[in-house]
Amino acid sequence: MVLECKHVWEHISGYLDGNLDAAVLEEVQKHLEHCEICSAILDSTRNILILTADERVFELPLGFSERLHARLEAEMQGFSYGAAAAGDEGDT
Amino acid sequence: MNASIENRNEAQMIASILAGNTHEFHTLIQPYERSVYSMALSMLQNEADAEDAAQEAFLKAFRNLDKFRGEAKFSTWLISITLNEARSRLRHKKTAKTDSLDELTEGGHVSPALLRDWREIPSEALERQEVRLLLQDAITDLPVIYREVFVLRDMEYLSVNQSAEALGISVAAAKVRLHRARLMLQKRLAPELKRVMPKRRWLPWF
Ligand SMILES: [Zn+2]
Repeated sequence: MVLECKHVWEHISGYLDGNLDAAVLEEVQKHLEHCEICSAILDSTRNILILTADERVFELPLGFSERLHARLEAEMQGFSYGAAAAGDEGDT
Repeated sequence: MNASIENRNEAQMIASILAGNTHEFHTLIQPYERSVYSMALSMLQNEADAEDAAQEAFLKAFRNLDKFRGEAKFSTWLISITLNEARSRLRHKKTAKTDSLDELTEGGHVSPALLRDWREIPSEALERQEVRLLLQDAITDLPVIYREVFVLRDMEYLSVNQSAEALGISVAAAKVRLHRARLMLQKRLAPELKRVMPKRRWLPWF
């Protein structure tokens, strides 16, 4: 059985996550060895994942931490657990 | 690994906070400030909303800390609070149009961009504001169901199983959505990144 390109595309995520069946993995690897387009798709997808995982993509705004902790500080005034049972439930 | 040490310290810190040392909450959340914010921003598409949602998520975590069950990781719990916070804000501001778009793309088929050569990663690319904005826009333009799973799995490094659990969907559905999200980003970003990155600045990625 020889995989066509469009079938290889369906396995790109599984390939990157390392969770393809052994038989499929072998076929995909065989295909990638000779297909420039599919290996470029694989590389570009992997590279985009590496880039988007970089902390610099979504940087904290200036003063974020200070504003957050100031708000928490205000919340902490007079707060005690149990006494706040009537408060926010959260939906976890 | 020091993961178990971290977990133990967190458990101790949480016990201490619940016993009345509420100020330790500042220390407890420090490692998560960035990821809660970036999760909110990638969901909400604007910095003011994201900051507000992130603050709200931390406040909810603080108020509900006594309901946190130690068997889950604190980070996972915090992620689900953030996700819920972002989702409820999205529901409020979302128009009927984007709603139906999200539904439509669920069954759709995604083909990648057919590049002939991309062996390198532009690792210096993120020094450029332009590139960061391209990435941000592409992520925040993903339909919500794809954006969520992408953020959890590929930005917050949850496993596929954890992502599925956080989203309340099956593992199979999470895999399908994740795959589509990745291909949608590849289709859009690969050509854009090739265009904006001068070749000589690209570095081999191994
Ligand atoms: Zn191919």
